Amino acid sequence: MPVSVEPTSVEAGRTEPTEELRPHAEEAFAHELAALAAQDDRPRPARWKLSPWAVAMYLLGGTLPDGTVITPKYVGPRRIVEVAVTTLATDRALLLLGVPGTAKTWVSEHLAAAVSGDSTLLVQGTAGTPEEAIRYGWNYAQLLAHGPSRDALVPSPVMRAMAEGMTARVEELTRIPADVQDTLITILSEKTLPIPELGQEVQAVRGFNLIATANDRDRGVNDLSSALRRRFNTVVLPLPESVEAEVDIVSRRVDQIGRSLELPAAPDGIDEIRRVVTVFRELRDGVTSDGRTKLKSPSGTLSTAEAISVVTNGLALAAHFGDGVLRPGDIAAGILGAVVRDPAADRVIWQEYLEAVVRERDGWTDFYRACREVSA
Amino acid sequence: MIGGGVGQLGIEGDGVTGVEKSGSEGRGAGPLLLGVRHHGPGSARAVRGALDAARPRVVLIEGPPEADALIALAADEAMRPPVALLAHAVDEPGRSAFWPLAEFSPEWVAIRWALEHGVPARFIDLPATHTLAWGKDAGRVSADERGGGPGGERAGVGGGAPVGEGVGEPGDQRTGEPGGKRAGSCGGELSRQRGEEPGGERDGASGGERVGEPGGGQARQSGGERVGEPGGERAGAGGGEPSLQRGEERGGERGGAAGGEWDGEPGGERAEGSGAPDEGTGSGADVRVDPLAVLADAAGYDDPERWWEDVVEHRGVGDGDAFAPFFGLEEAMGALREAYGSGGHERDLVREAYMRLQVRAAQREFGDDVAVVCGAWHVPALRQKSTVAADKALLKGLPKVKADMTWVPWTYRRLARVSGYGAGIDSPGWYGHLFGAPDRPVERWMTKVAGLLRDEDRIVSSAHVIEAVRLAETLAAMRGRPLPGLSETTDAVRAVMCDGSDVPLALVHDRLVVGDVLGEVPRSAPAVPLQRDLDRIQRRLRLKPEALERELELDLRKENDAERSRLLHRLRLLGVEWGEPVASRGSTGTFRETWRLRWEPELSVRVAEAGVWGTTVFAAATAKAQADAVAAQGLADVTALAERCLLAELPDALPVVMRILADRAALDTDVGHLAQAMPALVRSLRYGDVRGTDTGALAEVAAGLAERIFVGLPPACAALDTDAAEEMRRHVDAVHGAVGLLGDAVGSGEGAPGSEASGSGWDVGGPGSGSGRDAEVSVSGSGRDTEDLVSASGRDTDDSASVSGRDGARSAPGNPPRALGHGDLRKRWHRVLRVLSLRDTVPGVIRGRGVRLLLDDGELVQDEAARLMGLALSPGTPPADAAAWIEGFVGGGSGGGMLLVHDERLLGLVDAWLTGVSADAFTDVLPLLRRTFSAYESGVRRTLGELVRRGPGQRGSAGVGGPGIPGFAAELDAERAGAVVPVVRLLLGLERLGSDIESGLDDNGRAGRDNDLVKTTG
Repeated sequence: MPVSVEPTSVEAGRTEPTEELRPHAEEAFAHELAALAAQDDRPRPARWKLSPWAVAMYLLGGTLPDGTVITPKYVGPRRIVEVAVTTLATDRALLLLGVPGTAKTWVSEHLAAAVSGDSTLLVQGTAGTPEEAIRYGWNYAQLLAHGPSRDALVPSPVMRAMAEGMTARVEELTRIPADVQDTLITILSEKTLPIPELGQEVQAVRGFNLIATANDRDRGVNDLSSALRRRFNTVVLPLPESVEAEVDIVSRRVDQIGRSLELPAAPDGIDEIRRVVTVFRELRDGVTSDGRTKLKSPSGTLSTAEAISVVTNGLALAAHFGDGVLRPGDIAAGILGAVVRDPAADRVIWQEYLEAVVRERDGWTDFYRACREVSA
Repeated sequence: MIGGGVGQLGIEGDGVTGVEKSGSEGRGAGPLLLGVRHHGPGSARAVRGALDAARPRVVLIEGPPEADALIALAADEAMRPPVALLAHAVDEPGRSAFWPLAEFSPEWVAIRWALEHGVPARFIDLPATHTLAWGKDAGRVSADERGGGPGGERAGVGGGAPVGEGVGEPGDQRTGEPGGKRAGSCGGELSRQRGEEPGGERDGASGGERVGEPGGGQARQSGGERVGEPGGERAGAGGGEPSLQRGEERGGERGGAAGGEWDGEPGGERAEGSGAPDEGTGSGADVRVDPLAVLADAAGYDDPERWWEDVVEHRGVGDGDAFAPFFGLEEAMGALREAYGSGGHERDLVREAYMRLQVRAAQREFGDDVAVVCGAWHVPALRQKSTVAADKALLKGLPKVKADMTWVPWTYRRLARVSGYGAGIDSPGWYGHLFGAPDRPVERWMTKVAGLLRDEDRIVSSAHVIEAVRLAETLAAMRGRPLPGLSETTDAVRAVMCDGSDVPLALVHDRLVVGDVLGEVPRSAPAVPLQRDLDRIQRRLRLKPEALERELELDLRKENDAERSRLLHRLRLLGVEWGEPVASRGSTGTFRETWRLRWEPELSVRVAEAGVWGTTVFAAATAKAQADAVAAQGLADVTALAERCLLAELPDALPVVMRILADRAALDTDVGHLAQAMPALVRSLRYGDVRGTDTGALAEVAAGLAERIFVGLPPACAALDTDAAEEMRRHVDAVHGAVGLLGDAVGSGEGAPGSEASGSGWDVGGPGSGSGRDAEVSVSGSGRDTEDLVSASGRDTDDSASVSGRDGARSAPGNPPRALGHGDLRKRWHRVLRVLSLRDTVPGVIRGRGVRLLLDDGELVQDEAARLMGLALSPGTPPADAAAWIEGFVGGGSGGGMLLVHDERLLGLVDAWLTGVSADAFTDVLPLLRRTFSAYESGVRRTLGELVRRGPGQRGSAGVGGPGIPGFAAELDAERAGAVVPVVRLLLGLERLGSDIESGLDDNGRAGRDNDLVKTTG
């Protein structure tokens, strides 16, 4: 289970204050990386800062022979990290898939930091990402003044990574328009980036690889062409495995957001948080937490991130319109909004859930009533 | 590779006394002992190599010596592994044990080698005669359970058969498990089908293994680790639910494996796991060493399976000395046995004594040219010097049963842990591949996977295969393994070929890793025990199989007939269509069944085929029903199956069926399906009541189903065309009837025992009238149930009776309050009906129906109904819609005619509306109206016609505004009611029930009076 929902949430391990709001992974965990590099005697692929084994250790945490404690960056199935690291060690690119809030970006940043010591070669994918962001652009002043030359060329992060044998990152790959996505095909299969204007090309040197992240649940994404998909090894990051882990993530994150919004801290919030997480998990998994009853799953993703927003919302309600204590009524409306995305089908699912599960559950009477009120 | 793991132990092993260390030439010092892991392809390969090198004159194999005669069959053309040796007690086919053999089993390899080289092969394990008798303790336990034991988690035991007795093997460890195993088998089925419920698979595992392990050697030990787990599992499985806790379970099982009491390592889990079987039977030491786990631990592996894979299975062929692997292993095992003795496997000592005697006998005959293939665990014991006398002493006084052996076909699925009688291996398909692939196993495997995925229309290119192989190899290197194992290849397949998704991976697991292979057995193999069991039952019930067709009338109140009925029902479940139920000609009582019997020769083949399901008719039918439930497509199929389970009296199958039913119901989005399923379910519920089966689970499922229907019905009724609306109206009717019955059932289930007693009389009546089959009994139901039944089934053509019955129930002042669950469910149903009847988007026919049902239940006062009718028939409503409303309200055989006859106001409304319909519209609505009114009985039609001709308001109606329908007195006429009591009493056989009569009398009295009234009015 990912310990972090957003990259920011697991920097608890770091105490030294920095001027930056959020330092890069390779800076925040520089001492761990250094300790690992010092004691890592296993073979390293070309231009890797650490051996694959040490990269996995860096992500999963552990204690080095000299006693340096490596904090876990990702708490989840070991298999996932192993496959991810191994993929980077081959010449295949790595695609991290998952619903929003499963620490894809976080893992990708740390992988890049551990492998190449630099997590900044980043292309943020949006619907408006142009080809130049992946290939190269031009410095037009230079171009007009001196004509096309390498000096007038503005390399993209991917191009730089190729030239220097580093790890490039592409965030939200599926948000990038399909034709722009496909520029990656040549880069990933031929490992070369032609510059026809100059009659040149940039060839990737050993050590180059690419980590992409993508949502597999969002609507309106540009699905990868099968040609591109074939260049990637895919690793799906799962949602948190246990209620406890998820409650932990949610409460920590809610706490942070609450502080930044200057909401008063809610004393008994944890029970309601547990409730929200339970509801989300049960609906998401299509089975009650005791494993006894099957449920239909609504169309929404019901990710951890949404649970966080429901609770934050409830806190705001409680603080501004209630008595400051997070009560079932404060979260009921938020849950309804998160669950019922499709008014027809989801509403039936939600009501079935209310009647079949919530109504029968001990100690959930208030919640049931509150939900009935808002769903009516 | 062995060096790494074994070396350290080997050092201690040197000092072990009694372990006769052989030189590297391996011969000349006594018999050639080949310690293997059962079902290990590496072992199998090594055995073949060693036999080729040593060329012994006789091959001794760990297995029941009764099967010696069957060895020749292994060479038969028609014999294809996987097959299993099946031993069963002759007079009790349910007591049985299996020794499954796959082509990659070392034992099978040894048998085939011997046959090919014309060398005798013999089984040397303790005879099944004794091992089956050992199982007796366990068998008794299960038998006890069957006889109305605590049910619950052990309910599974029932069959007792293939389960309790398992392999004649380690009786002690098995004792605890039956429940788990049984439940396991069902859970296992589940998970196999879905590939998403690994918990279930574990369940299967636990059971499986033991049975599978003929030899107890190493594999059993690796199974031994599981000794602990069935308990934990069973808790989950017992509830009949495939739990979803893979991670934990794995942990538990491994933990149990390594830890145990030895050093208490991961002891916590172990404690849980092993505790349960213990409390189950209280017999036997359940803590056993898992030698593999100990060795793996010494080698620094956390997973014994993986260790074994690395050091043994993944070794190439023919690298160096053919005997070397065996010596390494023997040393390691020697050290272990030195440290742990029998390791809690006390019965092993007896078995090993027997084996030693057999080996000695063979040595006398063939000198030292003897090869022994047995579990590695036993090797040190066979090496051990001990006197013949001491061995014989150990064997004295062993219990005996008469045992019989045969070959039965087996499947990879059954070998795997995912199903009932597995052999304790996760991945028979993978092992088969490892054994069969001449070289480059990973490449070949990936190609196979790609082929499978392509067949399923996934785009998988050769480039994918290349990348998958590379990833698997790199992963293996990173994890420090010599060769990619199953976990590496699986990870690689997932990342490269399946886009990270587990869905196609589940397919790969199911079809390749486990595999679909089905074994075959030559026809000349002795008969399966199922046939024997059937013969026995046929003799006992005096029901001879005859080719001539004949009809058989059964009176289920007689024990013998009831058993015959159950047998026929069970056989039908097994696909042995010996009897076919036909409609009874004479009586229609529920206690009567008519069957058409005809024994076709091919039915014997069917019986043989059904042999894979179990060794007794009961156990086989149970297993089959469970499998059918898992495979069933529609919701209605599952409900029908539930009904059949009740008829065939398979209580053990019911939890699984119920589980599936609940799951299907939860996931089915079509309210129509749910509504279809409900009546059958409620019927079985009532039927179960009659038979005294525990239907608690059934009631729960039914209530859940009702709940879902309540929620889903209103949205589902919007925007329907005429046909769909008509269908939905039928669903509404069906649900209404079912809710009425269900209320009773649930109510009586939950109510206090005291209040239930009086209810039981009615309950008996319930199912009969519910199914409309039982004339005798339905009379008794009328006082209470007819209201629902009639309106629900629409089958009762006697309008007057239904009206009055309904009325009677409603107007009864002293109607005893019904139990809570009932009222609750009903109330909510009424709410749904109210929503339906008030919502404009709902088609007229359903709205009218809703109003009518509410009116019938007394939930709507007459005035309100009239108002709603007025609304529906007001000029603003399109005539077609209004006509549909009328059809819904008074249409069909639901007694609507009588309603109009008795309530002048309603009739007046219809009349006024009809005369107001314009001429054009009238032709449109005419067909609908005709359909509505032509369904009435002629008497009703005539009365209606007369009333209309006379004009509204002419006939004075009494008692308007009273509690009843206008036309009836408010009070009960006790005198007239009392007149029918003797007859009712006779019909119900209430004489015996003493105090119950009073309450019954009251109710029935009412019914009687109403009928009287009807006669006068009609």
